[in-house]
Amino acid sequence: MDLVRRLFTAALVAGVLSGTAASVVQQATTVPLILEAEKYEVLAQPPSADGHQHAPVRNVGDGVPVTTGEAMERVGLTIVANLLAGVGYALLVGGVMLLVGRPVDARRGLVWGAGGFVAFALAPAFGLPPELPGMAGAALEARQMWWLAAALCAGGGLLAMAFARHRLAVAAGVVVAALPHLVGAPHPETIDGAVPPELAAHFVTSSLGAAALFWAVLGAVCGWLMSGLLVGTTAGTAAERQSTVAPQAGSR
Amino acid sequence: MTTQSIQTTPAINTAAGSATRSAAQTAAAAFAAILFGSFLLYGVGFAQPQQIHDAAHDARHSFAFPCH
Repeated sequence: MDLVRRLFTAALVAGVLSGTAASVVQQATTVPLILEAEKYEVLAQPPSADGHQHAPVRNVGDGVPVTTGEAMERVGLTIVANLLAGVGYALLVGGVMLLVGRPVDARRGLVWGAGGFVAFALAPAFGLPPELPGMAGAALEARQMWWLAAALCAGGGLLAMAFARHRLAVAAGVVVAALPHLVGAPHPETIDGAVPPELAAHFVTSSLGAAALFWAVLGAVCGWLMSGLLVGTTAGTAAERQSTVAPQAGSR
Repeated sequence: MTTQSIQTTPAINTAAGSATRSAAQTAAAAFAAILFGSFLLYGVGFAQPQQIHDAAHDARHSFAFPCH
């Protein structure tokens, strides 16, 4: 029970800190681009088109805040979503750290965060660029499935490359990570998005930059807070602890 | 001081630092975290009910989840 409490506490703290960092950066970078893109989304879908919403696309003009209260509510909901995403990702990372069973600290956690960035931001974005409202895209379900496959395959592949002992398993990790990209991401048949390319390009780099910061904070804090849980849990970690602690002790 | 005690007496460290636990307990805690984390991420990034979609809209776009 103590283990569960400490694991969830670590994930909660790491998630809140990384979600907060992401929220600050997003409000300055990605969110203004989203609001700008929604103006073009309105242009692309005039109210006279058919008069009703195309679920799950919001109604024309709904997304653009008009009053200060609505704007504040939108910012607040985005922050809550970011915090939940942070805690969700931190729970995944913390759980996998525990399963792998290798010692971690803030520095090693940073490497875990880099892995999370590659798996959950870079690999999906390699096939499906971060989208602004109003951009053309294939069917939502197909994109969601591919996104999930790209992220899980990249994550699993990276873990195999980092921790598998057998060379075949490492090679399998490379193949698994590449598989979704060999199959190919779903793309629209015709490209008829309304967003200017400059805006879309800027959004891709902003989104990846914010994600990089988010994952760096998440990984480092997770590693730091999980360090007490991952000392002397198994024979394997005991051996690694000997090899990693000895040089530090000797250098002092 | 701490590192020396870790190096020379791992058994004591195990007892004092992280309570002795079985592999099953570790796996159960890890899977509980992964399961709950996946549930949160499904809600933030994938769930399609209109209200959830609208609330998480800007976060979904910023995190590059496919949104609509």
